[in-house]
Order: sequence, then C-alpha cells, then structure tokens
Amino acid sequence: MAVDTLVQSRGVDLAKRRSLLIEIAIVAAIALFLIFALPWLISAFRLNLMGRFLALAIVALGIDLIWGFTGLLSLGHGIFFTIGGYALAMHLKLPQPPGSGLPEFMSLYGGTELPWFWRPFYSAPFSLFAIAVIPAVIAGILGYVIFRNRIRGVYFSILTQAATIIFFNFFNGQQKLFNGTNGLTDFRSVFGLPVKDNRTQYILYIVTILFVILAYAVCRWLTSGRFGRLLVAIRDDESRVRFTGYNPTGFKILVFAVSGALAGIAGALYTLQSGIVSPNTMNIAFSIEMVIWVAVGGRATLVGAILGAVLVNLAKSLLSEQFPDFWLFFQGGLFLLVVLLLPSGLIGWLRTSGVDLYKQLTGQTRLSTYPSLEEDPEVEYERKNIGD
Amino acid sequence: MNEKILEIDDLTVSFDGFKALNHLNFSLDIGELRVIIGPNGAGKTTFLDIITGKTKPTEGQVRFKGRNLRPYAEHQIAQMGVGRKFQTPRVYLNLTPRENLEIACNRQKTVIHTLFRKTLNAERRTVVGLLETIGLSHKADMKANLLSHGEKQWLEIGMLVAQSPDLLLVDEPVAGLTDEETEKTGELLLSLAESHSIIVIEHDMEFVRQIAKGTVTVLHQGSVLCEGTIDEVQTDPRVVEVYLGQEIHTNGPVNLEDTAELLGVLEGS
Repeated sequence: MAVDTLVQSRGVDLAKRRSLLIEIAIVAAIALFLIFALPWLISAFRLNLMGRFLALAIVALGIDLIWGFTGLLSLGHGIFFTIGGYALAMHLKLPQPPGSGLPEFMSLYGGTELPWFWRPFYSAPFSLFAIAVIPAVIAGILGYVIFRNRIRGVYFSILTQAATIIFFNFFNGQQKLFNGTNGLTDFRSVFGLPVKDNRTQYILYIVTILFVILAYAVCRWLTSGRFGRLLVAIRDDESRVRFTGYNPTGFKILVFAVSGALAGIAGALYTLQSGIVSPNTMNIAFSIEMVIWVAVGGRATLVGAILGAVLVNLAKSLLSEQFPDFWLFFQGGLFLLVVLLLPSGLIGWLRTSGVDLYKQLTGQTRLSTYPSLEEDPEVEYERKNIGD
Repeated sequence: MNEKILEIDDLTVSFDGFKALNHLNFSLDIGELRVIIGPNGAGKTTFLDIITGKTKPTEGQVRFKGRNLRPYAEHQIAQMGVGRKFQTPRVYLNLTPRENLEIACNRQKTVIHTLFRKTLNAERRTVVGLLETIGLSHKADMKANLLSHGEKQWLEIGMLVAQSPDLLLVDEPVAGLTDEETEKTGELLLSLAESHSIIVIEHDMEFVRQIAKGTVTVLHQGSVLCEGTIDEVQTDPRVVEVYLGQEIHTNGPVNLEDTAELLGVLEGS
C-alpha cells in the first residue's frame, strides 16, 4: 500500500511539473509578445494605457486573493493602491539633494518646514520599500482588529468602506501635507530618467509586466498547495477550520496584508504611468470597480483577475472615447450581466461551458445522461470494465 | 476507577436568563464510548459547544485531561485533542476528500508551517489509510460536493480522526442516512472507540442500541436526568415520561404535566 502511494505521488509530481513548465512557457510567450511585439502594433499613447491597465491587473490579483480565494469582499483596496502611489510620488516630489527646498505646493500654501514623515522619502530605497510595506502594514493592522473580533461577511465590507472614507477625507483635507484634492503630480524625473519621455514610459511598461508576472507567481504559490486549500476552507466554512485546530485570524491577516502590498505596488506603477496620484483613487467607486474587474474575469482564477482588469479597462477607454457619457451605464450593465449570466466570470465560463462548446464544435461529444455521472469514478470504472 | 478524560462540574449556561444547561455534572473515563440522548431542547448541542469552546460557561467548569478549558479558544481546544463532528456534515465542498483530510492531518497548524513546510510522507500515508477506512479511496480526488450525504458524514468522521484527537464528539452521525449506511457508521464508530474516547449524541434509538455497550446519559432540560445501561435507561419511568410527554406534546394539545398538575389541584381541594 505504502509503496503504491509513493509511486502514485511521484507520478502526480511529474504531471504537476509538466503542467508547471507549460504554464511558465505560456506566461513567457505572452510577456515576450507584450514587450516586443505590441509596441510595433500600437501607438506610444496606447502602450502607455496598456501599461496602466497591467498595473491595475496587479491590484486585481490582490482582490482575487482576498475575495476570490479567502471570501473576504474588500471595498477598501483604493486605500492601499493610493498610498502606494503617494509613497513613490513623495519621493519624486522632494527636491534633491536633501535640504535643498520644499516640494513646490508646500511653499505655495505657506509651509516653511518639511513635515517629519516626509524626510525618510528622500531615500530612494526607503521609498521603494514603503510602496509595498506601508500598505501591507496598514492592511495588517486593519485586518488584525477586524479579524480578531471575528467580523466577517458584509460587516467586513462595510468596515473597509468606512476606512476608505476616513483615508479619503484625511488625504483630501491635508492641503499642506499632501496638496489635498489636487494630489501630487508633475513629476520630472524618476531615478534619473525624464518621466514623460517615451523611452522611460516604455521601460516602465516593461517593469509593470515584470511585476505582473511576479505578482502572479506569488499568488500562484500562495493559492496552490496546502496554504491555498486552507484559504478555500476558510472561505467555505470558517468555524469548521477553527474546530480542526487552526486559528484563521493569522491566515486572514497575512492574505490581507499581501493583498494590500500588491495594491500598493500597483498604485506606484500606475502613478508613474499616469503622472498623478490624488485622493480621487481613494473614493469608494474605484474600489468597487476593482471588484467588478475580478468578477468579470472570474473569481478564484488568477488569470481571470488579470484578464478582467485589462479587458474592462480597455473597454472603458475605448467606449468613453466614443461615447463619453455612456461608460457608467455600460459598466453597470456589465456587472449585472456577469452576475446573472456568468457567475463564475469569463474564465469560469471558459472552464465549464467553453470546454463543452469546443467539444461540440470539434465533434467530440459524448452523450451524457446526467452531468455528475461523467465525473463519478464508479461509473467510469464500470464503463472501462463492463462497457457502456 | 479509571482516570477521567473529561470532567464537568456544576455547569450552568444561560442565554439571556434562559438556562440551556442547568447545574450539569458529567464525567467521562479514558477510552469510554458514551451515548447521550435526550428530547429536543435538552441542551445536547450546547453541551458540545461548551466542551469545544464555542460557548463559555456562565458558571461551573469543564476540565479536559485535568485542565480547565475556560481560557482557551476553539482552535486551542482542538489542538489539545478534542475533535468535533457537526450535525450536518461540514466538509469543505470545493476540496477533494484527500485535501480535506490533509488539512485536518497537518500537525503544525501555524501560518508559517502551513505555508512553507511540505506535506510529510507520513501524513500522506495516514491520509491514504484513512481514505481506505472510510471507504472513499476511489473518490479521493473528486470534489467533495459530488459525494453522497453518507459519504460526507464519513469524510467528516475521517477528518476528525486525522486530527488524532483523544476525545471525539459526534453529533447525530446517522441523521438522514439509510439503514445500511447507519449500520456502517455504527461499525466505524465502534472501531474508533478502541483507541479514542467518544461522546455520541443521538436520537435514533436503534442506532443507540447498536453502539451503546456501556453507559448512556439522558439529558433533560439542561441537566442529567439519569445514567445507566441502555436497558436501564429505557425502562426508567422518568425517561419514559420525558419522552412520552414530548411525544404527546408534538402530537396534540394535551400536556401531561399540566394535566397532572390540574388533577393534583383538583384532588387537593
């Protein structure tokens, strides 16, 4: 028996390794296409938009992690996204070398001294570190308070929304500290390169793609294996998990923090490519939009999150160019359509009905009497040994 | 006298003044299989909630292996060695039976270990053995929501065992099962009883007869009404009255207690 199992698990491992290699090959092919072929096909302006959408795909991955896999609907990822953006923008706004003046908006509002918390942002390594770590820490603290008190479901969503309003009002109201509602903009150079240059933007586009791949790999690692299965278990039946001897709080805090860090990275990359960060991305509507991307692409399918973010935003920019007043109706309609017709999103649909459709089109249909019969090993066993 | 695995002293649990458990005393020997019966609302499920830490006692205490359980949370009590099976099968429907068992089997249930340490071969072997025991080897890798009700019940019992607890709490394991499945479940529990202490809560008297080799405890209105072998309990007049009263309650408007009271009042006057 034991020998049997070991042989079997080795076989499974081999199959796993093969599918992993195929996956890596596909990811590499897509990345190479995006990096080398796409710039020839579309204008620099469109490429910059594509880069922004890919940055948004990173925050979508974070939403998928916390919502799709762990079942916690966060409506507060705008906070982490925007703070990530601010962390980088603050570094870019500080005149170098340290002590050589204030960011221009501060002197405009009569500030004479640099607030203490701006100081660390003179350092580039600190700022890069802060992009991911500050959102993660905020998410961790928020998560600790919420999850420790066993707040779940819709109450979690409401709390994250409330947090969004608090952060929005804070950043929006602090004219002297963060330039209030105008946000931080007009960046000149990023690490020695002129920000608005096409070449710099192309480099940023490549960096964004690399970060999407990295984020995908991290999410893939977290969600496969025992940890990922435990997340699904927490999503499906949290109290069962407790009675099995796990404390779900730690797992949820970790996932929320990772998800917040991804949002922060996304925010920084987005800020660089759009040239502005403002409290505007902290409004609730934007956080809900993120959820819609994931719902459209397919919850609990990482590819779905990326695809959803890119497709919905592509549709948004194309449609709002053609019909400027039309987009919001379309977005609402899209959400309704997905909830009613494709509850598991595009990827979820492809994995079930799409496969059937493909088989039908290629003529590989097998008459099935009852869907679950096809998956019943007993039926399969009988088919093999006794005949249909 | 055997050593006790579970001792409950003068336990009271009240919810807004309603006493779900009322000065209850109970103890369980190591290695014992105890069946608890009682009419609806007798406090059986609250009793399990208290042991597993879901509800905290208002008064009195619960000691597991001599330790007072009050300061511990559910997952800590589970780690100490208390496993609980729920009334309706609670398995993770989006995972396969194998994955369900692997989650329960994991020895170190911290975040770091779950994330970084690989599943041990010993654990894998335990899981394969358990799949065999609960008869799900051939369905090990399909999603658990495709299993039948009985198979889910067994999977959940398997998950309990995978936790390697010292005390198993089993709440109505045969509700909704066919006769054949009921008998199989009984055999499973009896074989588990050889190496675990078990408390089974059950309604089905035929099933109780199958598994109750020792003491049966009857709960009524939050306290222990009587204890004894199944034959003693079934012929105890108090038990008969409790169950009979219940039955009349549910069948019609007549209430034995009220009638008796009324008669007494009439006779006294």
